Amino acid sequence: MTVPPVSSLITALKPLFGNLLSRACGSALCHRRHNSTYAARPIIPPPAQYGGRHTVTLIPGDGIGPELANHVQELFRFCCVPVDFEVVHVDSSMASEDDINNAIMAIRRNGVALKGNLETNHNLPPSHISRNNLLRTTLDLYANVMHCRSLPGVLTRHHNIDILIIRENTEGEYSSLEHENVPGVVECLKIITRSKSLRIADYAFKMAREKGRGQVTAVHKANIMKLGDGLFLECCQEVASRYPEIAFDSMIVDNTTMQLVSRPQQFDVMLMPNLYGNVVSNVCAGLVGGPGLVPGANYGEDYAVFEMGTRNTGKSLANRNAANPTAMLLASCLLLDHLKLHAYASMIRRAILSTVTETRLHTEDLGGQGSTSEVVQSIMKTIQSNGPLTVSK
Amino acid sequence: MAGNALRSAIVNLLRKWRLSINGQDKFKAKEVLRVAAALKKDTRMFSSGMQTVTLIPGDGIGPEISTAVMKIFEAAKVPIQWEERNITAIKGPGGKWVIPSDAKESMDRNKMGLKGPLKTPIAAGHPSMNLLLRKTFDLYANVRPCVSMEGYETPYADVNLVTIRENTEGEYSGIEHVIVDGVVQSIKLITERASKRIAEYAFEYARNNKRASVTAVHKANIMRMSDGLFLRTCREAAEKYKDIKFTEMYLDTVCLNMVQDPSQFDVLVMPNLYGDILSDLCAGLIGGLGVTPSGNIGANGVAIFESVHGTAPDIAGKDLANPTALLLSAVMMLRHMGLHDHARRIQTACFNTIRDKKALTGDLGGSSKCSEFTEAICQQLGYIE
Repeated sequence: MTVPPVSSLITALKPLFGNLLSRACGSALCHRRHNSTYAARPIIPPPAQYGGRHTVTLIPGDGIGPELANHVQELFRFCCVPVDFEVVHVDSSMASEDDINNAIMAIRRNGVALKGNLETNHNLPPSHISRNNLLRTTLDLYANVMHCRSLPGVLTRHHNIDILIIRENTEGEYSSLEHENVPGVVECLKIITRSKSLRIADYAFKMAREKGRGQVTAVHKANIMKLGDGLFLECCQEVASRYPEIAFDSMIVDNTTMQLVSRPQQFDVMLMPNLYGNVVSNVCAGLVGGPGLVPGANYGEDYAVFEMGTRNTGKSLANRNAANPTAMLLASCLLLDHLKLHAYASMIRRAILSTVTETRLHTEDLGGQGSTSEVVQSIMKTIQSNGPLTVSK
Repeated sequence: MAGNALRSAIVNLLRKWRLSINGQDKFKAKEVLRVAAALKKDTRMFSSGMQTVTLIPGDGIGPEISTAVMKIFEAAKVPIQWEERNITAIKGPGGKWVIPSDAKESMDRNKMGLKGPLKTPIAAGHPSMNLLLRKTFDLYANVRPCVSMEGYETPYADVNLVTIRENTEGEYSGIEHVIVDGVVQSIKLITERASKRIAEYAFEYARNNKRASVTAVHKANIMRMSDGLFLRTCREAAEKYKDIKFTEMYLDTVCLNMVQDPSQFDVLVMPNLYGDILSDLCAGLIGGLGVTPSGNIGANGVAIFESVHGTAPDIAGKDLANPTALLLSAVMMLRHMGLHDHARRIQTACFNTIRDKKALTGDLGGSSKCSEFTEAICQQLGYIE
């Protein structure tokens, strides 16, 4: 039985059997999805719902991860958000990859995840790959999107920043391909491919168009890495020609960081390979107020994983009720937007942003003395006073 | 070797030979003289005589800012005489690109060099001039001290750090291949020898300039073997310099914290690419490349100090250039040579002039000419003890 007849059969039988049939035959459609090449436009399935509720994988992670994950669950329960969390614990210190493989399986099942950062002990041998990296590459979450925006009420040196950072998430310097041919000489491979560069460039321009952004800046070091970054730049230029309404320019990474700390307002959408993305996203997060304020999203063709933008474990803040929950809670709003629960997303986001402007509730990282639970309580109170009926405590 | 380095080298040798300075143990004056004589043979003893420094004016605004620096040094009565040389790329025997032999001979003799901006012509067939210099003199360390300048305000007022960057290998090894059409591989090379050299230089610099801590910047969570090797060599070097605090920090954490609170950093040591990005980030914090000094340290005691800005061909020859970057690099050179007093006087004069805001060049927000700015600094020198 080939696929097209199945889908037409489903549409014919839908009024009779409802969603049941589409879920049963969904796997056949999935198979077609995975085989599609870059050229074909993938069919994004609607978020899986059962009884009107979504199931989302939740990976608490290390450091401040578990406490923030609890706050997210608490807030969602309070707001009666139709999301159930499937919690998967991953022990990052274990040598075996079973834990992370379980997590990956759970994400494949549910399609969406919210995760805390998994710590990587860099003193372990190279066979122990970073768990976060493994997750990203296995699920092919090729686009990392971080929106850095100046928030009112947060004291920073620069104002009016609104930068959308799109970073290639699976190749580049993070290929984890290293070898030592001669003792004392190590080679690390940085891989840049045409297909992935085209893919991320297309994603960036598409997103710029959707959000009404006027300019995309590609960040590179093609004057030194002529072939590698040269290929990346070439792919960006090729894609840019297909979007004539969006201005495209490029900038070398060291000049970019210099411009970011002197005049960050000149940037709109920034597109770059993996490592430069790491640097630029951390610089931008620092410019708008720190790691506690910016959420991040990792999108693939079939899966989406949401996390804190700068991927910190926050070991020094763990279990002290001092971490800033804003980033994780905003990430959960991005999650709700992805699940098309826009009403809940805007309600929670509005409450979070109004709480952030209250200086007396600022946590340690923003220079205040507020605690995590105080911030979450304030958000819940705001929602209660403005929003629909919530669970009474 | 700098004055401080010389002193510390003597003390180290005495410690090694179990002689002490305070006179408690047997203190053989003969031994000290022997040490000093041995060191004299290998190093330059900077006495009160005139030292010769190779000056490479460069292109564009290079000649005018070099003249400005020479004038200021004359006004400050610094015991330095200049030997001007030009650097171009010429094809040597065997087809390799080399610098002119008189320039090379001058540098090898004088060991100290001051360089203005060099233009890199596109499609000239030869590699960039900076790369050529780096290869000729094995300039393995690029040092960039970044200090906030009072009078040239930026949003960051409390920067006082030094970035030390490995300058020969890492991501800039230039080894790239096209594996199949559409797949490119770029090789990042990290060797134990180069990492050891840069780590030891970083600690030596920290000790000589009385800096409290050295932070190694890496990404060993992702690049386990390469940055792991770099980190291990830094740790080994830290063992030999117990008086200096050693910390390790991920590149992204450094970037995050740098833009929020740069005062927490002191000396940063890192491989090539991270160094390139971070040193330019720090230059941006204090006001840009027009006010940032830079030094390149090579093997065999060679050191070339340079301004890292471009040649600015649009203002070349119009007496509008800002000589601050080259001047501060020259001050760095004086410190390296052990002429701390002259360095302090010139730096104070420069900072005072900028703080006064009466004779600033265009890029600093004023409208004076380069010669007026230079004159103001020379005047300031007269007021400083």
